[in-house]
Amino acid sequence: MAIAAPSISSAGASTQPGGGAALAAEQLSIFYSDKEAVKKVDLSFAPSSVTALIGPSGCGKSTFLRSLNRMNDTIASASMKGSIWLDGEDINAPGTDVVTLRQRIGMVWQKPNPFYKSIYENIAFGPRYHGIKNKKELNEIVESCLRRTALWEETKDRLHQSALALSGGQQQRLCIARALSVQPEILLMDEPASALDPVSTAKIEELISELKQEFCIVIVTHNMHQAARVSDKTAFFYMGNLIEHNDTNIIFTNPENKQTDDYISGRFG
Amino acid sequence: MKATIEPSTRSSEGANPAAPTPGEAVSQPMNVSSNQSTGGKPSGNKPVARKRSRSGNEWFGKTYTMICVSVLIITIFSIVYFVASKGLATFFVNGVSLKEFLTGVKWAPDGEPQTFGALPFITGSFMTSILAACISAPLAFCAAIFMTELMPKFGKTVMQPVIELLAGIPSVVYGFVGLSVIVPFLRSVFPGQGLGIAAGAIVLSIMILPTITTIATDAMSNLPRGLKEGSYALGATRWQTISRSILPAVLPAMLTGVVLGIARAFGEALAVQMVIGNAPHIPNSLFESASTLTSVITLSMGNTIMGTVQNNVLWSLALMLLTMTFVFIFIVRVLERRSLR
Repeated sequence: MAIAAPSISSAGASTQPGGGAALAAEQLSIFYSDKEAVKKVDLSFAPSSVTALIGPSGCGKSTFLRSLNRMNDTIASASMKGSIWLDGEDINAPGTDVVTLRQRIGMVWQKPNPFYKSIYENIAFGPRYHGIKNKKELNEIVESCLRRTALWEETKDRLHQSALALSGGQQQRLCIARALSVQPEILLMDEPASALDPVSTAKIEELISELKQEFCIVIVTHNMHQAARVSDKTAFFYMGNLIEHNDTNIIFTNPENKQTDDYISGRFG
Repeated sequence: MKATIEPSTRSSEGANPAAPTPGEAVSQPMNVSSNQSTGGKPSGNKPVARKRSRSGNEWFGKTYTMICVSVLIITIFSIVYFVASKGLATFFVNGVSLKEFLTGVKWAPDGEPQTFGALPFITGSFMTSILAACISAPLAFCAAIFMTELMPKFGKTVMQPVIELLAGIPSVVYGFVGLSVIVPFLRSVFPGQGLGIAAGAIVLSIMILPTITTIATDAMSNLPRGLKEGSYALGATRWQTISRSILPAVLPAMLTGVVLGIARAFGEALAVQMVIGNAPHIPNSLFESASTLTSVITLSMGNTIMGTVQNNVLWSLALMLLTMTFVFIFIVRVLERRSLR
């Protein structure tokens, strides 16, 4: 099956070489009962890039994000139309294995949500489910994930203590490390730094820039500066519609749409 | 309501002049008192009146609370003192040996010679309540998972109220049902009379089901939503999510529920007494007549005279029950503290 990447309004959708997979939504509408939260959105994400989704609260950007790894399946009233293509395959096709899909598309939430287990077990949780039983192999995964999120030095002496004893920023980095542990190709982040202090936020942003080399990252954020700092492309959502999608520097300096301009300069929303 | 709010405002106000806080906090009480001293002027009248009625309220609230609290404390301490003094009299006044009481297997208060071995009742109590918890806990956990994870709507509207209803049924009804249904059933399936530890444990297991279920359900529904999503997002299935990420998180709360359940079963008298058979010996099987601490107290208390050794020894059994309740509460406290971490 060919990649059905829609080229509408996506100025640079051409796939770049590098890690990660290509993800694209085509005419995607999402409903909560009768309410249409996302309206016919066409949006594609290139490998090794960071796309920021911005827009006022309730504009559908989080709902859109959650649909990309089918987290909306857990909400009974949610339903959708349209398709989402991952490397040319429809993730909502009847035969799709959700477990594998979610392994390929990892997710990080606004509020850190470590399991009520030790730091080690938090990271070993995912790999265990994907069949890795070897203790040595697990140790290596834990160490490399913690190193990549710059947590190793802070936690190597207390790997078997409760993850809940970590600070908020450390917990969030642990959650990112946990998402990395199953070797995803795409990382979805729903306001990953909005509950953190400036220092932790800077660490998370630094981390995103590093992870960009290997992953396709989609990040929802309310922080305009953060979007401008970390992302390559920015998509502006308003009332469930995708208003504008373009290179970040164009969106922030010379947006085509008046609504985008107003939102970015803080005149509404 | 007034009584609970007033003392707290009062105490915070009272703390202000004492604590050397700068600025407004100190100056406010001073303003009020200066108004009071110039109370003759019409402009100063209002604040003074307000101040008086407030202090009247304060006084009333404080006194009322103090009276209630002291009544409570006095009651609790007198019960403990009464039970303890009567219960200990067996050993210090009547000269029954504590060792015989705790380890003796023969119970014959009216026999010749008198023997006071309470071990059959102690084992009976522990066996029935622990066995009841063993039956009840898995059922309660599954019910809690079903109500929170699998069918939340049905669970909340139908199942939870029904299980909570179980808590409201009087224990004599449980005992009656046990005697007319469970005992004949056990009699027909297993050797023996049907009366015994097994029958008692089954009746108790249903009685403590609401306690354990409610606590487990509350703990599960209070978990942060992100916990479940985090597990799903790593590719875990629903069962893996429940068993590996939800259950560990609620384990301390579940143990609390089980301990509270055991405590309730330990103290239950009537229903157990109706189905356990009341033979004062340690049974060889679960289907043989036995006794518990509570059943022997309810059965014998009408036949003894205050102040005699036969009566005092029943108080010793009661003291034993009281002590066990304290132990259970202590365990619950420890578990709760651990779950906070």
